[in-house]
Amino acid sequence: MAFLINLLSAGIRSGTAILFATVGEILAERAGVLNLGVEGMMLMGAVTAYGVAYSTGSAWVGLLAAAAMGGLLALLHAFVTITLRADQVVSGLALTFLGSGLSAVVGAPLVEVAQAPRLPAFNIPLLADLPVLGPILFQHNVMVYIGFLLAPLAWFYVFRTRPGMELRAVGEYPAAADVMGVSVYRTRYLYVVVGGVFAGIAGAALSLAITPLWVEGLTAGQGWIAVGLVIFAGWNPLRAALGSYLFGAIRRLPLDLQNVGFFLRNPTYGYFMNMLPYLFTIAVLVIGSREAMRRRVGAPAALGQPYVREERGK
Amino acid sequence: MGKPPIFRLFSLLLIFTLLFTACAPAAAPAADGGAPAEEAAAEGDSAEAAPPPATGGEASAPDDGAVQIPEIEEGKFNVAFVYVGPVGDGGWTYAHNEGREYVETEMGDEVHTAYLESVPEGADAERVIRNLARNGFNAIFTTSFGYMDPTETVAEEFPDTYFVHVSGFKSNGANFGNLFGAMESMKYLVGMIAGARAAADGSNRVGYVAPFPIAEVIRHANAAALGMRQTCPDCQLDIRWIFTWFDPDLERQAAESLIEAGASVVVTGADTPGPVQVAGEKGVYGVGYDSRNACDVDPEHCLTTPYWNWGPIYAQIISSMMDGSYVGGDQYFDVDSGGLGLLGFMDGQEPMAGVPEEVIPQVQELLSQMQAGEFTRFDVFTGPINNNKGEEVVPAGESLTQSDLEGIDADLGATLGRDGCTFCMSWLAEGIVPDAEIPQ
Repeated sequence: MAFLINLLSAGIRSGTAILFATVGEILAERAGVLNLGVEGMMLMGAVTAYGVAYSTGSAWVGLLAAAAMGGLLALLHAFVTITLRADQVVSGLALTFLGSGLSAVVGAPLVEVAQAPRLPAFNIPLLADLPVLGPILFQHNVMVYIGFLLAPLAWFYVFRTRPGMELRAVGEYPAAADVMGVSVYRTRYLYVVVGGVFAGIAGAALSLAITPLWVEGLTAGQGWIAVGLVIFAGWNPLRAALGSYLFGAIRRLPLDLQNVGFFLRNPTYGYFMNMLPYLFTIAVLVIGSREAMRRRVGAPAALGQPYVREERGK
Repeated sequence: MGKPPIFRLFSLLLIFTLLFTACAPAAAPAADGGAPAEEAAAEGDSAEAAPPPATGGEASAPDDGAVQIPEIEEGKFNVAFVYVGPVGDGGWTYAHNEGREYVETEMGDEVHTAYLESVPEGADAERVIRNLARNGFNAIFTTSFGYMDPTETVAEEFPDTYFVHVSGFKSNGANFGNLFGAMESMKYLVGMIAGARAAADGSNRVGYVAPFPIAEVIRHANAAALGMRQTCPDCQLDIRWIFTWFDPDLERQAAESLIEAGASVVVTGADTPGPVQVAGEKGVYGVGYDSRNACDVDPEHCLTTPYWNWGPIYAQIISSMMDGSYVGGDQYFDVDSGGLGLLGFMDGQEPMAGVPEEVIPQVQELLSQMQAGEFTRFDVFTGPINNNKGEEVVPAGESLTQSDLEGIDADLGATLGRDGCTFCMSWLAEGIVPDAEIPQ
């Protein structure tokens, strides 16, 4: 039982950064804009958060700065892909390169900074004392708790509110949304930027709470995993939460298994187990790239297509 | 259909991307998920930090791709370093770059240094090394195991250039040599400290975060286990293989897993100080690795950090190249070279607060023997040594040879002109939990 508690608790904590990034990407893709720059935005968010938290002495200011940085980078992507109608894949990749490189340059002096303020970790009163559920869910840092709220709120927003409906309409059939008086450009701009804000927050969650330090390449590929998880989640924030936590647990599992029993103690299986997260991502991307499959799993129909007013819809 | 001017944008973006990747001394994570990017940075007079000319001068070939090959400085002895990770990793590459900066400071009048970071191992590395040689560098240091064969290949093509490969085992008796150091001696001392701590805490359990099942890592873990048994005969060393050198989240997870299984000290063999942080959060102790500031993340809960001090070693090798006395061979330095450090125990340092009082004189005594050259890596691995199942692997009176330490078997030994190993480093020493195994 202790084994399961530790595993799930670690999975939830470790999956939290991915959750923020995934939900952000879901919002952007729901509006019809693919943003492969998540990794870059997360890195810039992480380094901004760490640097600002260190120089101001407040982790919360660092978090805000990271959110702004993520939003700013996403704005660049929005301008290039929505206004200039450039290829979304190319622009997103460029954003990741930009973020990786730039975060290394600005972050170079921060490598020597061993301790920046961290976001607080605390137990939720009463709930934390529950058997089993307490240690799994309620003994974490503040970003984990915000993550708990984020997924249902995002789900409610997307599927049960009017702005959420407009968001989905813009991603599914922008011409119709336009006719109905929804500004396609404004909506897309808005959600691409919001997606960037979440990616920036995801980076801050890493550098200020989950892996609280700054080294180059801190995210170690988590931004790409978030992009993959969007498809696994079927563009649904609730399933994104499930996927993120599951992913966190899958990463931890091979390590804990090295301590259990004869068969599992033999870490030869570790190579395979360590492959799982990436196999998972590849499988999801392969499935997601097939048109028929995409329909089945609920991809926004206009995803990846620039919108030109009065051009015939496809 | 009003087609947007996509091609113009496309090329603009590409230029944009290339510009940034070329100027930024950085890389996308080389970790499993991301696409590794290769970057370059020229280091010299500070004014040169601006982007170098777009093609890298007439000497560089068009097949450089995104990598900007640095230029030499006329009239100086030019030395280039090829790094596998970013200089900002705070660990392995960071320590090498400190060594390079030491050379620049100490010998800057006569020596010019430059570096390339995050160079992927394999074909890319060979191209990078070749272009450095072609650009006229006098000596090239390549600092990752995977650069061994590329370095060897290029060394054959440029007999007038010196090549030094760190952490490998090949050389050609002329312009190509290898270089590594007896970190195992320091890990032995780390084991003594960790064992004393675990005994004082009553846990009798130490954890080790092991990156890859290769001879180097196994050697270090075994040395730590043997040292641990010196100060705590009942202690066990638990181990987690993480199959990566650098993954901040995974390194932390491994440390947590070890602590949850009962360890009260976690020793890391990977790059980041994350495991030390975890130890602090859980109220136990950690030991860092690679660079001397690994303890800064939580000095209260950090016992020590064994680190590399490449500066003096590099300076000595470069001097011998400049006076023409360097001959490429197997160079494996011990503690007495000054190339290895143990935080808290070197000149002018105080032991960290968590180190138990009674072990301090023991460690100081053995360290001074090591510094005097009286206790070497071969003394660390002297029989009788049992494996973790209790079977004898090294009989009393026998010591491991260099080939044993590096796990070089008869076949490989034959191609290198060395003896193969008899007690090859493919066993876990007594003290490591009995049911642990080396992944195949």
